[in-house]
Amino acid sequence: MIFSSLSDFLAMGGHAPYVWSAYGIGLVVILVNVLSPGIARRRFFEIEGERERRAAVRAEQE
Amino acid sequence: MASLKEWWHRLGSPRTFYAIAQRAGPWFTGLGVAAIVVALTWGLAFAPPDYQQGNSFRIMYLHVPTAILAQSVYMMLGAAGLVLLVWRMKLADMVIVAAAPFGMSMTALALVTGAIWGKPTWGAWWVWDARTTSMLVQLFLYFGLIALRQAIPREETAGRACAILAVVGTVNIPIIKYSVDWWLTLHQPSTFTLTAAPSMPPEMYLPLLVSVLGFYALFAGLVFARTSNVILDRERSTAWVRALVREQTS
Repeated sequence: MIFSSLSDFLAMGGHAPYVWSAYGIGLVVILVNVLSPGIARRRFFEIEGERERRAAVRAEQE
Repeated sequence: MASLKEWWHRLGSPRTFYAIAQRAGPWFTGLGVAAIVVALTWGLAFAPPDYQQGNSFRIMYLHVPTAILAQSVYMMLGAAGLVLLVWRMKLADMVIVAAAPFGMSMTALALVTGAIWGKPTWGAWWVWDARTTSMLVQLFLYFGLIALRQAIPREETAGRACAILAVVGTVNIPIIKYSVDWWLTLHQPSTFTLTAAPSMPPEMYLPLLVSVLGFYALFAGLVFARTSNVILDRERSTAWVRALVREQTS
């Protein structure tokens, strides 16, 4: 590590607010991008699976 | 030649693309996330500080890759738009729908990190110089593309309209790229060029290179994942998706 201590690292030579806010926002944007397709996929199979089940029940009743 | 045409035709089939995407997507996403984590840690804690900018330059490891991606994603949208208009390949339309929000998020992130970096470096959050202004236009192009898609109810018409906008919009890419050369800008010139060695020492530019490659891998992984979702949605009434639903939920 180029910094001598953890507090030195966190201080970023006086640029802490800039560096850490940029990285914080970046982290959120990357996380949302990485996680959202999986969530959408799961939701699709939940909804369509439910429809499939209902269709099966209806077919049984007839 | 016939086999190439056949391959092209088969790639355009949503079902084939879905199978490829399911296998390749997670690898690209995983590789991208790993590379980005390594690169950002490297850039934050191990790269030496800049002799002029001190530690604020570390924002570069996020700013440069997102700005590059903002343009690369749009170039891909333009290429997909061309494929849709010339070959009427509906997969191209699905890729546009899938990739546009990611490109928009990268453009927004490049602008935000640029503003945060601008404050300690230029003394202002925002400067109307050629590079920043053309990048803002880029963000509006993404907005326009996504809004246009939602404004037209008929899928095929919406797809063609978006394809035309995607192709025409690529005119902004060279403007962004050469803005720092054509006009006198506050924005510094490109860090990486194909023709010259980087103006930075390796311990500064290597993490940046890893970060850029990581963002490209993430882009590939997310296009696979998001296009898969669009395919499932559009093909939901086909036999193969119904079979997949039964298999996944039983």
